[in-house]
Amino acid sequence: MPNNLPEIIEQVKLSLGAFVPEISLSALFLLVITLDMVLNEKRVVIPMVSLVGFVITGFFTWQQLDMPNQEYFLRMHVVDPFAVFFKFLFLGAGALAVLITMDSEELGEKNVANIGEYYAVLIAMVLGMFLMASASDMLMMFLALELVSISSYILTGYLKHQIKSSEASLKYIIYGAVSSGLMVYGMSLIYGLTGQTNIYEIAKFISANEVDEVTLTLAALLVMGGFGYKIGAVPFHFWSPDVYEGAPTPVTAFLSVGSKAAGFAMLIRFFKVAIPAEPTGELAFDWVNFFALIALVSMLLGNFAAIWQSNVKRMLAYSSIAHAGYLLLGVLVADDLGTQAVMFYLAAYTVMTVGAFYVVILIANKIGSDDVNDYRGLGKRMPLTAAALTVFLVSLTGLPPTVGFIGKYMIFTALLGKGTVFLTLAIIGVLTSAVSLYYYFKIPLNMYLRESEDGAETPMESSAFANALAAFLMILTIGFGLFFTPLANFAKNSVIMLVMN
Amino acid sequence: MTLTLITFLPLIAALITLLIPKEQKQTIRLVSLLAAVGQVILAVVIWQNYNPSLAGVDDVSKFQFVERAAWFSVELGGYTVSADYLMGIDGLSVTMVILTAIVALVGVGASWTIEKSVKSYFVLYNLMSMSMMGCFLALDFFLFYIFWEVTLIPMYFLIGIWGGKNREYAAIKFFIYTLVGSVLMLLAIIALYASVIDPETGRNTFSMVAMANQQNFISGSALAPSEGNLLRALAFFALFLAFVIKVPMVPFHTWLPDAHVEAPTPISVVLAGVLLKLGGYGLLRINFPIFPEVFQQFAWWIALFGVISIVYGAFCAIAQTDFKKMVAYSSVSHMGFVLLGIAAVNSLGMSGAMLQMFSHGLLSPMMFLLVGVIYERAHTREMDKFGGLAKHMPVYAGFIMLAFMGNLGMPALSGFVAEAFVFLGAFAVEQTRLLSVIGTLGILLSAAYLLRAYKAMFTGERKPNAAYEVEGHHGEEHAHFHDWKGKVDLDGREIALLAPLAAIVIIIGVYPAPVLDLIMPSLNRVAEILSAAANVAMK
Repeated sequence: MPNNLPEIIEQVKLSLGAFVPEISLSALFLLVITLDMVLNEKRVVIPMVSLVGFVITGFFTWQQLDMPNQEYFLRMHVVDPFAVFFKFLFLGAGALAVLITMDSEELGEKNVANIGEYYAVLIAMVLGMFLMASASDMLMMFLALELVSISSYILTGYLKHQIKSSEASLKYIIYGAVSSGLMVYGMSLIYGLTGQTNIYEIAKFISANEVDEVTLTLAALLVMGGFGYKIGAVPFHFWSPDVYEGAPTPVTAFLSVGSKAAGFAMLIRFFKVAIPAEPTGELAFDWVNFFALIALVSMLLGNFAAIWQSNVKRMLAYSSIAHAGYLLLGVLVADDLGTQAVMFYLAAYTVMTVGAFYVVILIANKIGSDDVNDYRGLGKRMPLTAAALTVFLVSLTGLPPTVGFIGKYMIFTALLGKGTVFLTLAIIGVLTSAVSLYYYFKIPLNMYLRESEDGAETPMESSAFANALAAFLMILTIGFGLFFTPLANFAKNSVIMLVMN
Repeated sequence: MTLTLITFLPLIAALITLLIPKEQKQTIRLVSLLAAVGQVILAVVIWQNYNPSLAGVDDVSKFQFVERAAWFSVELGGYTVSADYLMGIDGLSVTMVILTAIVALVGVGASWTIEKSVKSYFVLYNLMSMSMMGCFLALDFFLFYIFWEVTLIPMYFLIGIWGGKNREYAAIKFFIYTLVGSVLMLLAIIALYASVIDPETGRNTFSMVAMANQQNFISGSALAPSEGNLLRALAFFALFLAFVIKVPMVPFHTWLPDAHVEAPTPISVVLAGVLLKLGGYGLLRINFPIFPEVFQQFAWWIALFGVISIVYGAFCAIAQTDFKKMVAYSSVSHMGFVLLGIAAVNSLGMSGAMLQMFSHGLLSPMMFLLVGVIYERAHTREMDKFGGLAKHMPVYAGFIMLAFMGNLGMPALSGFVAEAFVFLGAFAVEQTRLLSVIGTLGILLSAAYLLRAYKAMFTGERKPNAAYEVEGHHGEEHAHFHDWKGKVDLDGREIALLAPLAAIVIIIGVYPAPVLDLIMPSLNRVAEILSAAANVAMK
């Protein structure tokens, strides 16, 4: 590492070329804040500007595909296909979040006077996720994670006059603060053990030197606290039902896909790079078995606890815990196939989860409730949206012909043939997904099998734009379920992660 | 193109239906009818052009009407996963395809009286019809699995929306039961893919045809046929569970009475006529040829559970007072013969099983149609709420008699041929001899519950608490059901639905050769595969 100032400045200058997407997002953030101050009519212009900004950032991100895999900014920041894949995912999720926010009455003029800041914070959150996917230094990891976390606290509590929203935000902050604290403590232990903060240097040190196993295990467990909180896996999941329920639904949707994906990006990079398998196949800290345990408990608890929920947002919160479990199954395989499966699954999960939350928003706009018992008779009253929601739920269950099925298929393909423990996990995985059918289908059950209490059958269709967006996501869900080759190949080409020799 | 067309005609009908305004109920019905008639015509074309001398099973060049197109090829980590759109027909599937087309058409006819949300109903009905047909035609396991799972979703809604009082429970029970079976199948499919190569291309394959040949397994792979490979047994049972839940085999049968009782008549027809056969077909096409030595090991147990299903199902049927429930349990009992026949591991027993599937696929739709007729008129299915119906509904009583006789194995009807073959096959083998003797008890018991039902409902005098009234002087009484406006006896539509089924039942009973000619070469091949594995096991 260079010590004199001119050299450092020189390095930073060189690195700027690799930072264009992030710079573009920062510029967008400033632009939105400025527009928020000068404009009177913001409800259309600012989202549109944000979308255009995302598209431009997408273009810059696309250009990064050709860049050499390298570390930048004094080894803080990595550009490699792995990071680029996730950046596209965050941009997609961010754009969808903007689109579904525009349609939400919860965040409409009646409830929220100033929406400009909302989009600014959302953009900041996307920026934080970009940094999470690229961070190669523990310090950077922590900063990026905090940027995402703090933005999400603000968004969760955005409905200031609603107690539930504020309560959710407060709970989120408390859990978040504790998790971050644990994580920083773990990182400091690792620094104490190895004298390094760069994950590549940590890996080098661990493989070259004898480190105290107990301390390393403790440190890794603590670090996992921070990651586990972001991905919403048991036992770091306690915040999610309350936050999912209390937060404005578009925010819930974005948290459940964006935050989770970012958490997985960082987790995969950290554990695969910093604690890689020795040539003998041994791990300095046995994170594979540790993840196996977390995945197992997440799948069981998430799916079984969801059975008793009647609030759709809470139900989806538990389902997201279960999905964190399925995703961890892909992570713990620790080979390229597993990583590819996780990446594909996250993309699939984004489409179907945002779709599901979007329909929940549309329904809440009309009936003002998130309770599944109030969904009665909606199949007749909102035929298209109800059908779309059913497709998303079928996909979340993992049934063909949907993208969720292909995602599960890939995860289980990665698991099989790797030994008895993995086979057992796969069997539990498929059986719990059969359990998940029970609660997911409570929603179609109410929409189609039951009549509304007052017998109302008047149609309540949403706007043409809303229908088009829901139909688009529904077509994506089925389309990628039958013709998934491009997405799978993109994921395949993106598993390449910068690895030190 | 024939197979693609026969599979996706209902899908086209479903898409067209989506475009028709929901008020035009008759147009919607006609579109579905047209598609179903189209399927039957195509089925006849297939039947006429089918060359029975080709066996199929484990040789793709001996399949007919084969259609093959690359579907997807995805790099997953180290290896490529590719699936084909591979469809084809051999002796195992040809009768099932014909049966599916017939039953689907009858089902459309039986759906004519559905008035609730006609548009959604026929969209779902056609989706289900498409996926059933696809299951019998797909030779690529991945494709098969998609069709297999897609049958569940429309079925859930068809039972759940148009069903009886307890429909929510029945629908989700059906869905979860069958899903538990099929998710395990998914794992078996993944493992099979990794273990089998296509001899033509030398790459891993989902082709069930390649899987049926033990030579195509990669030596040393997870499911390679080798001494004491526990994983093979596990995979066998994963598939087995999926199929026997569908059959259904006792003790996995409990979804069936609920689903049948709650389902509307046409859905019961399709459920009993075709969906149950998917289980038997899966065993014959997939489970046994792919894992012949595991099957050999457990053949006696499978026969045992077959016999338990026969006897237990029959006893349950005896205990019922609800007509439809009795018919549902008799389905459990009669599908037990399929298991017993297959487990005999000779071509006689297996041809009996196949015939039984075909025969039951005709008789059980008849029975459910007949139950539907009386339920529509009287709004009750309690058998002791009638009495003396034969006098007032002679045509109805005639069809009931025929269906009952067919079901209890009366000679000259299809049920007799099938069950006789099953018993002869099972008796010929030392290990299942005793079981086949016990199995004959099933026939005795079915005579008991069927004749008792007939006696209760049709003979004697009208019971005091009967669900119909009689007016008029002695000698020229008229029966009527209190709010039923239609004909008391069967009307034209009902006869048109029942008569063709009855005709086929009689024809096969008298002259089963056409069906046997179709199925025997393929069944002989399956029997060869199975007994070859037995010989290896013996050594």
